[in-house]
Amino acid sequence: MKIIFIAWKNCWQKAGATTLTLLLLSFGVGIISMMFLLENQLSDKFNKNIKDIDFVLGAKGSPLQLILANVYHIDAPTGNIKVSEAQKIIKNPTVKEAIPLAYGDNYEGWRIVGTTPRYAEFYEVKLKEGKVFETPFEVTVGSYAAKELGLKLGQTFKSNHGLDKEGEEEEGHDQLFTVVGIYEASGTVIDRLILTPVESIWEVHDHGDHEESGHAGIVSAEEHDAEHAHEDEHAHEADTLDNDHAHEDEHAEEEHAHEEDHEVTAYLLIKRLPMAPMILPQLVKNTNMQLALPAIEINRLNENFGIGMSVVKAVAILIMIISFLSVFISLYNALRERQYELAILRTLGGRRIQLFILILLEGFFMVALGLIIGLVLSRVGITLLSDMAKDSFHDEFNAMIFLPQEYYLVGITLGLGVVASLLPALRAFFMDISKTLSND
Amino acid sequence: MAIIQTTNLQYTFSKGPQLIFPSFQAEENSELLILGSSGTGKTTLLHLLAGLRKPNAGEVVVNGIRLSTLSGASLDRFRGKNIGVVFQTSHFVQSLSVIDNILLAPYFSNNKVSKSDAEKMLDRLNILSKKNKKTSTLSVGEQQRVAIARALLNNPSLILADEPTSALDDENAKDVLNLLREQTHALKAALLIVTHDNRLKEEVRQRIELTALKS
Ligand SMILES: Nc1ncnc2c1ncn2[C@@H]1O[C@H](COP(=O)(O)OP(=O)(O)OP(=O)(O)O)[C@@H](O)[C@H]1O
Ligand SMILES: [Mg+2]
Repeated sequence: MKIIFIAWKNCWQKAGATTLTLLLLSFGVGIISMMFLLENQLSDKFNKNIKDIDFVLGAKGSPLQLILANVYHIDAPTGNIKVSEAQKIIKNPTVKEAIPLAYGDNYEGWRIVGTTPRYAEFYEVKLKEGKVFETPFEVTVGSYAAKELGLKLGQTFKSNHGLDKEGEEEEGHDQLFTVVGIYEASGTVIDRLILTPVESIWEVHDHGDHEESGHAGIVSAEEHDAEHAHEDEHAHEADTLDNDHAHEDEHAEEEHAHEEDHEVTAYLLIKRLPMAPMILPQLVKNTNMQLALPAIEINRLNENFGIGMSVVKAVAILIMIISFLSVFISLYNALRERQYELAILRTLGGRRIQLFILILLEGFFMVALGLIIGLVLSRVGITLLSDMAKDSFHDEFNAMIFLPQEYYLVGITLGLGVVASLLPALRAFFMDISKTLSND
Repeated sequence: MAIIQTTNLQYTFSKGPQLIFPSFQAEENSELLILGSSGTGKTTLLHLLAGLRKPNAGEVVVNGIRLSTLSGASLDRFRGKNIGVVFQTSHFVQSLSVIDNILLAPYFSNNKVSKSDAEKMLDRLNILSKKNKKTSTLSVGEQQRVAIARALLNNPSLILADEPTSALDDENAKDVLNLLREQTHALKAALLIVTHDNRLKEEVRQRIELTALKS
């Protein structure tokens, strides 16, 4: 038998009486650790996806919405822009690269994005199998989407209109998309997208009718009743614009004619020259386009988010302080009814320091128990959140990681637990056993 | 050599009576009753003898060692090894079973006592069947026997008992007295019993009376 065994037994003996303490402590710890996990993974996701995107060019509307829709693919787009109109911006010498993104369809609720192979290259996403899409109606699927949809190489599917699953049977398009490749998991947005040449989107929605300016970026249901006749002629016209390649300029002129009709949802721009932020905004003036800066918008979002997080953390810290007080009070009060058993331990040869350690250990165990429950709670919470995120954003959080911040949380909590039991332990140390034993 | 010897013990409570105790000594294999009506200082004397309280004057010598020369941890350890105390009211560690409670005695005094020794002791006190019970579920008489088992498990040379039979019926009182006596002889120990139990007065010859206290 050891002091540690007695402390352990005492801790469980009291577990009933200290349920409230444990509850408070585990909620405090749970909330804080959950905030850590969320914060860490959200900022990880945001930062990974923002990469080197300097601007997003898209239809007028909320700049944050534009960013969320086109960089993170979690919000509805602000609308569409005309490829022809966008030319003067994306061809500007301060722009190094422009990647087109065209929305319009989904497969089982997973977004099909019309773009160029540069999009995945830009995020350094490698192919796992197959090849990168080349011609219209070829798709290369992100790893997570492929896994969840059970898509295999060579498989074909029909798309649904819009960004959400709800499109009914008759609203589906007739063209068959063919899976030609699957990307490797990268932790970026590519994982949950289905990529196809931008021409696929155009051909699906064809050019029978022109939207004046985009309405929510989703080509309306009537449009696709029109025939989907026109094929390959546009196959390459929206190729990633790479101004480093000289031949582009000549082509651009000819292609203007066709491009007039075509729309994309946005362009992701990477600047070449530092003065781009001064020059480009001038160019979008008096158009129905806007230029949003992901870094600034996400910063703003983070700030607001950060305030919310801080409030939640403050509440959690308050709960923890109360729980430490509660640990202290419960140990201190228990001393009164336990003074006899402590006195007996002394008569049996127990030294003062052993009683001191006993009480400290009891506090320690109590806090450790709350801590463990709290850390488990936060994992359960994150798992639930992850399920929700999976439903609404096709994204998930990892609940089974342990962050460095959590080591601090563990250390500080255990430390404070010891501090809270210090005074009761000292009282046990200085107890007058004879007085205790004769007052019965 | 006397196992315990006291000389001119005095104790004064800070806001209470001054207690003056007669000197006495007890040899190996001896039994001594400490009698006196309530409030005459029997429990206080017992605590002085066990080194739980320090006398204002006088000396307690146990096994040739003056308790006043020991302090802190060494006194605690000396007490644990040499003195077995049965208190007026039994107290136990609530979270532990009967057997674990009595094993606390060898643990805290660093004595080597096996679990089977502890079980033997419980058996002799007719409470072996309760060994895995929590002490709070026992009757007062059973609790008292557990307390006695705990005091004797370390084979102390001085056994101090404060009203050990007060909660027991005739039969169990006799058993307890016999057990205390047996152990006393087996260990060549000295047995001091504080009591006003008439049943014990008939059994034990040697006695000291504490008289009404001076204030
Ligand atoms: N902590 C204390 N402070 C002041 N006086 C005390 C204290 N403890 C005991 N006394 C007094 O000292 C006297 C002796 O107390 P003690 O407990 O030794 O009596 P006792 O002989 O054991 O009595 P009983 O037979 O009722 O157990 C009593 O008068 C009691 O009131
Ligand atoms: Mg008494």
